Amino acid sequence: MCLLSEPLLRVEKLFCERDDRVLFEDLSFSVNGGEVLQIEGPNGSGKTTLLRILSGLSRNYEGEIYWRGEALADVRDQFHRSLLYFGHQPGVKGTLSPLENLSWYAAMHPSVDSERILEALERVGLRGYEDVPCHTLSAGQHRRVSLARLYLSDAPLWILDEPFTAIDKKGVAAKEALILRHAQAGGTVILTTHHEMALGERIRRLDLSNGAGTL
Amino acid sequence: MNNPVTNARLESVEKGIMALFWAVLKRDLLLAFRRRSDLLNPLIFFLMVASLFPLGISPEPTFLAQLAPGVVWVGALLATLLSMDSLFRSDFDDGTLEQTLLSPQPLFLVVLAKVLAHWMMTGLPLTLMAPLLGVMLFLPAEGMWGLIVSLLLGTPTLSLVGAIGAALTVGLRKGGVLISLLVLPLYIPVLIFGSSAVQAAVTGLPLGGYLALLGAMLALGVVLAPLAIAAALRISVSG
Repeated sequence: MCLLSEPLLRVEKLFCERDDRVLFEDLSFSVNGGEVLQIEGPNGSGKTTLLRILSGLSRNYEGEIYWRGEALADVRDQFHRSLLYFGHQPGVKGTLSPLENLSWYAAMHPSVDSERILEALERVGLRGYEDVPCHTLSAGQHRRVSLARLYLSDAPLWILDEPFTAIDKKGVAAKEALILRHAQAGGTVILTTHHEMALGERIRRLDLSNGAGTL
Repeated sequence: MNNPVTNARLESVEKGIMALFWAVLKRDLLLAFRRRSDLLNPLIFFLMVASLFPLGISPEPTFLAQLAPGVVWVGALLATLLSMDSLFRSDFDDGTLEQTLLSPQPLFLVVLAKVLAHWMMTGLPLTLMAPLLGVMLFLPAEGMWGLIVSLLLGTPTLSLVGAIGAALTVGLRKGGVLISLLVLPLYIPVLIFGSSAVQAAVTGLPLGGYLALLGAMLALGVVLAPLAIAAALRISVSG
């Protein structure tokens, strides 16, 4: 089997129900390197659930997910090495400073270059806040600490759940540019957002509103 | 395989693993240190049990001396149980637990480091405080070493077993009561052998056998509990 012809992530016949309500069934799609996939749908349509399933956090589904042509369950370690996940909760400890939070993240993810943490904090506009406890920061700054990981990681696949919440206009534009740059460099981004993104033809949309997912 | 390349690689993997262990340990100790009130809670509970007991039962020294091993051990056990719920709770709430599970690093080690940090913040101070409580309850001086050594061997087991319960219930809104139900039956052997060791020390009997059993339980816990905790965390976060 030629691995190069395989898409980065392929989903086949995904089925998920929650509290006796079917969120999606028979959902199949694939994502390649260089693509941005935006998952759309009204509140409660299962966007976050889908992202949690794709990231390997939730195993509450039926169907198959393939990473570079191999079943996700078999290559979990390899997959997690290539993944950057930005969840519903930003994963930032309020009692730790931004610097300490990112150093911990770097320890947990060996692909992250801990030398660049200060630079990344500067890029997200948190220069001068490196050593303040995160709970004293504003909601937007709090999320920026977590978004700084986008500047640190060289993971090819980014899964971002509402990355623009509480971020100001300038910040959103910077993150959009970053996502575009990642895609241009061959990376893949799967995200949910209610924000209109101006990424041109690189972006594909997956609509979950009718339960089966239309591309 | 003695070729230098493999050795160098093994060495770097080993170094990475130690670095991870220290990073997690350091972070959890730092977090605990910054929320000192949580730290004091089990200790104050422990102290209260020992100081209220004579008031409620009888201040008679000979009577209290008989009860002392059991009271100190039960106090330490309940104080540990009280602190268990918070072990993964805040990590779960702010999403750092998700990031931990998505890390390619071995979860076994991360969990072991977290439990060690928890023990250093509860079990170890409880053990150090125990002689003071022993004195308050007129525990004979011969029993002190038995008390310290049995707690030193027993409290890490309590932390490890309690962490399984905490991991299983972290996804539930109100897991506190459920932890007690899940974990208490498993705490009972530790309690029995722990307080028996102190009794034996007081009466001058050999306590090697009790300590060996406590040590065996600890060894078993160190090897097996992190696997159970890791699996339980994956289930809790998946739900």
